[in-house]
Amino acid sequence: MKHIKTLNTKRLNSTVKKGCGECQTSCSTVGNQTCEK
Amino acid sequence: MVHQFQNNGFNIVLDVNSGAVHVVDEICYDLIAEWERMPESADVPEGVHKEAVVDRVLERYREQGREIRREEILEGYEEIRELAEAGALFTKDDYETAVIDYTKRPTVVKALCLHIAHDCNLACRYCFAEEGEYHGGKRELMPLEVGKKALDFLIENSGNRKNLEVDFFGGEPLMNFEVVKELVRYGREREQEAGKKFRFTLTTNGVLLNEDVMEFANREMDNVVLSIDGRQEVHDRMRPFRGGQGSYEVILPKLLEMAKRREQAGKKYYVRGTYTRFNKDFAADVLHLNELGFREISVEPVVAPLSEPYALREEDLPELLEEYDRLAAEMAARAGTDRAFTFFHFMIDLEGGPCVYKRLSGCGSGTEYMAVTPSGELYPCHQFVGNPDFLLGDVWNGIQRQDVVTDFKGCNVYSREACRNCFARFYCSGGCAANSYNFTGKIRDVYEIGCALQKKRVECALMLKAAEAEAAEAAETAEETE
Repeated sequence: MKHIKTLNTKRLNSTVKKGCGECQTSCSTVGNQTCEK
Repeated sequence: MVHQFQNNGFNIVLDVNSGAVHVVDEICYDLIAEWERMPESADVPEGVHKEAVVDRVLERYREQGREIRREEILEGYEEIRELAEAGALFTKDDYETAVIDYTKRPTVVKALCLHIAHDCNLACRYCFAEEGEYHGGKRELMPLEVGKKALDFLIENSGNRKNLEVDFFGGEPLMNFEVVKELVRYGREREQEAGKKFRFTLTTNGVLLNEDVMEFANREMDNVVLSIDGRQEVHDRMRPFRGGQGSYEVILPKLLEMAKRREQAGKKYYVRGTYTRFNKDFAADVLHLNELGFREISVEPVVAPLSEPYALREEDLPELLEEYDRLAAEMAARAGTDRAFTFFHFMIDLEGGPCVYKRLSGCGSGTEYMAVTPSGELYPCHQFVGNPDFLLGDVWNGIQRQDVVTDFKGCNVYSREACRNCFARFYCSGGCAANSYNFTGKIRDVYEIGCALQKKRVECALMLKAAEAEAAEAAETAEETE
């Protein structure tokens, strides 16, 4: 693409099917958290 | 829903519901804004929509006296359409039902904050723990038996979960270091038979760091948070000893040594400061910490009642937002050099971040995460300790106030009106229940100053990703031409 550069391939809706609850609690964050599974 | 912003020379478009992040040229930036004003609909044929959007943008350029060819704009339009069809622009929020169902599931306790000492050797002016005494409580240290019972409670209430987190917190936890050591030993003993793995962490002001503590922390602590606010005059003004003298000169050499050892051992740490109305130029404090040699840095806004002279006020926001921009630009400039550093709230994972359930269902306080006082009482998190309305139970008898737990369980992005249409909701998770409670009296509302700062930090984090991509591309090009 000439006008647009997309920075990431992951789409949030792809995570709906695959909620396991293995992630850590987050806090003073979800933004910088990485899925453990 | 898209969110567009310009930062540090980048035009950035976040497609909120898919999480796709695009860096676009000016034509597409304007086209996307026009598209949002004039969304496609079944009533409008595709060709008509294209002509209308392109004409509006072209007309605006002509009014501005700019010569941009119609073909260029049409080309941009087609790229936008391609991304929209691929589910990377103008996507809808289809998650609400799934997330609400998810929050109703049975939960397990994943983490405990052990208030190992309700006592402190500093008298920080902004401390929500009030020199460790927590709202009229008394100075006390957690007895070993209470700590052991807390670890038992965590094991028993963690279901099938293997990894359990325990943070040694205070007050100042190193004022009760012998109990910290004994509890780690006890936890390691129980790991094997319980089929669990403890991740211990420590939050300290650094005053009592010594050879023994550092060696122990490097061996046993998964992460260490070291408290320092930045420049000496800033730090000493807010973090004095009880006698009034500043603590900067006492703690700095100890924190530097601890950070060096953590880096050498490949272990995590970060220095954590607080900024207030007295240092709205907090970027200077972050950069000061970096110049001292720290590489993992977090400096966060104070949250305090407006009656306090150091509390942040709404009128401070323009200055604070600019300061974040300044800091982000400097962080981008230092990336890849020997002065590169990370800033806690500018770190974002666009490829491996958590699922939508985690992103939208809140921090886990009161359900997956609880704080334990020295006497064994349980609270939803460290910031609620001492408030009798939030006393959940204790480590011997477990949860007695299921109604409070249920209330916290219902905390999610969709239960907060202000979050439902916020672009930052997938990176913020609805904010802090304690801050909301302290400012609005409700755990399901928002603390508006915190929201404004969080939105800016998300924008800065996305800009840094754009800068990182640009630098990688430039390096690749340079390699090809060599």
